[in-house]
Formats: sequence, C-alpha cells, structure tokens
Amino acid sequence: MTTRQSAARCGLALCEVCGQMSPLPPAQTPTRAKPRCARCRSPLHLRKPDSINRTWALLIAAYLLYLPANLLPIMETHSPFGTDEDTILSGIIFLWQSGSWLLALIVFSASIVLPLVKLLSLTYLLWTVKRGSTRNPLGRARLYRLLELIGRWSMLDVYVVTLLVALVQVQSLASISPGAGVVAFGAVVVLSMLATMAFDPRLIWDRAAERITQESPHA
Amino acid sequence: MHSEPLPAFAPESPPTALIACPECDLLLQPVPLIQPRSRAQCPRCGARLYSFYNDRLEKLLALSCAAVIMLLTAYAFPIVGLNIQGTYIETTVFGAIDKLWQEEREVLSGLVFVTTVMMPSVELGAILWLVIPLWRGVRPPGFAPVFRAFQMAHPWAMVEVFILGVLVSLVKLSHLADVLPGPAIWCFGCLMLLLAGLASLLDPYTLWHAWEDARATPAEAMEP
Repeated sequence: MTTRQSAARCGLALCEVCGQMSPLPPAQTPTRAKPRCARCRSPLHLRKPDSINRTWALLIAAYLLYLPANLLPIMETHSPFGTDEDTILSGIIFLWQSGSWLLALIVFSASIVLPLVKLLSLTYLLWTVKRGSTRNPLGRARLYRLLELIGRWSMLDVYVVTLLVALVQVQSLASISPGAGVVAFGAVVVLSMLATMAFDPRLIWDRAAERITQESPHA
Repeated sequence: MHSEPLPAFAPESPPTALIACPECDLLLQPVPLIQPRSRAQCPRCGARLYSFYNDRLEKLLALSCAAVIMLLTAYAFPIVGLNIQGTYIETTVFGAIDKLWQEEREVLSGLVFVTTVMMPSVELGAILWLVIPLWRGVRPPGFAPVFRAFQMAHPWAMVEVFILGVLVSLVKLSHLADVLPGPAIWCFGCLMLLLAGLASLLDPYTLWHAWEDARATPAEAMEP
C-alpha cells in the first residue's frame, strides 16, 4: 500500500507519547472531553497546540537575554591585587592567548556562535512556516533536527563557571564568584531549548506536501 | 543472524496498521525489519522511525544497570582536585552545586542540579522502571506517565556537556595551580557513553509493542 498523505489530512492523529494512531474528529465538532490516546491516555492533537506563538514568545525572550548574557561579567576573580571581571568573550581571549587555541575555539563555538545560530535558525524556520513557504522542506527539517542536537552544548560555560567557583576558594590568594551574566546565559540556553521544543517540525511539511516522491519506509 | 528474526513492528489490527512520521506526519505502511541492528527511516524527511535489535530488553537492562552504578559513583567521588601553594581543594558535583547556592545564585545552582543530577537520575530510573517488568513479561504499573517522564527528562540530561565543561575548567585552572582529575570524571565519561547507547536502543514503537505483548498487571486484569 502506498500513501502520499499526511496523517492529519486523513483525520489521524499520532500519539506523541506512544506512537499509536487514532482517528481524531475535526475540531469543529464541539466535544466536551478532550481527545485522548486509547492506549496511553495522553492528550491527542494533530499539531502541537499554538506552536508558532509559543515558539515566538520563548524566542523573543531568549533574544532579549542574549545581550546581557554576553555583556555582563560571568565571573569575578577576587585577589589581593583587586577584582577582575570576566565576560564570556574575555574568557575566550584568555584561553586563546594562553595557547589553548583548540579549547578557545570550542568555547567560542559553544558559547557565542551556537546560541546565535540557534536563535537565527529558529527565526528563519518560523518565518518560512508563517509565509507558507514550499522551498526546500528537507533542508529545513534537517536544520530543525540539528537545532535539537546542538542546543544543549551551550550549557558549557555554565558548568565551567560552576566548577571554577567551587574550586578557586583560597581566601588569601584568589577566589572566584559567579557574575550576573551567567544567570542570563543559562536562561538563554533554557529558553532557546524550550523554543525548539515548542516548534512543531510537521508545520514545515504541511504546505510542501505535494512534492513527495517515495512512499514506504526503507531500512 | 538471529535464528528467528522477529519483526520489529508486527502487523496489528487494521485501524492501527499505519504509522505516521513523528517529524513530518507522512502516513506510512511500516515494513518489518529483519536485519539486526537496523532501523527504519522516514523516506521523506529522514526521521528515525523504529529499529530492530535482538535481545533489546536484556541489552537495555544491562546498560542501565551499569549506568546506575556509574551515576552513583560519579556523585560520590570528587571531580577535580586543585593544589594551590600547598592548599588542596577538591569538589564533588554536589559540592559545586552547594557552593553556587551559598554564593546566592540559587537559580544557577538549581539549573546545574537539574541538568546534571535530577534529569539523568529520572531518565535512568524511568528506563529501569519500564524495562525490568517488561523483561519479566509483566506490564509495569504506570507505563504511560513513566514513559512520558523519560521523554521529558531526556533532552535535559546533559552529562556529555558537563564533561566538556570539566575539561575546559581543567585547562583553565592548569595555568593557576596543579590540577588532579578525580575519579568522578571517568565515571561521568562512562555514563555519557552508556546514556548514548541507551538512547539508540530505546524507541517508543518497540517499547509499546513489548508492553502490548506483556501480561496485564493484576490490577488491570481485575477491570472488566
């Protein structure tokens, strides 16, 4: 049997928890009870509810916090010679100058490039879905899958600050305390991960559904 | 080759025979997988659909038991030790989280606790809760909420990122003092590999299929 249809167009909803297919009556029919999966009792819907608006809200919040995350100090080093404040960028420059250029590159990608790429890519995905674009859905689906994969790596700097704060506590010599920037930075990571989860990749395909070439799954 | 290859997705009653791709909603007719360690992908968007491993439950059980041991050892032992002019400081994961709390960064401390301690534990606990009864041929109680807890916890368990964070801090501190990697680093490293193995073994279709094959719990059997 071959099909070219999306499940939603056939009135079938995929349970996001257990993968069971269930017929879902059209939204116009007023039903008091919310539809639930027959097998696992999870709420059923054809697409994640209000996906676009929720993604926009979380994304805008992440954009707003991106600036303080990069401009405010992420840690303060107290020593007899005074207090040094480190931002994300100055930490990377320190790594570069001390010869650990590979590590500097890793931290630079994880802390500065990745969050920005992530925010811009999600904006692009939302914008093309809103416009009803049919261009290159496969590329956009792959971009979304990549975002899900890389989002977590931005937590790197949060862990580095955590460990430095815990270890460098010699009162007479040097002690490190966390700065306000690291809280904003953690919030950017969490908000952008939540935004990625709120986005429904099936929306990418809803308009581009005509271009299907193959029909059955191959191993 | 396995002597009696089981179809990864046995044909069921007609209304549920079709599946949909979770990422592009393409309606598909599932094909049984025969080759061990193979997986089916969506022909349109390439999403992972389901996979076939022999002795999947046994493998899941073995990996998750090992992961629990690694997790507990990783929490109990120091991650990094530091020698600054004769003063030796070392810290465990909990020590670092506690230190952040004392510095009045409660939100940050909570974030580190959730991503390195709570979510990996929830993930492993959920897998064991689901797999042990299924392996014995019994349906675990609360299958759906526990499976949902696993799905929720999975993206927030960031053990591999934490390891990279430890490595970066080691290099940063090596300019300042003598650093000694603690035993917990190796445990976290093993944990990272075990969690990656578990993630590739688990897929909702086959787990729910095992659930349907298993005997109902006594409480469910009592229901009319």
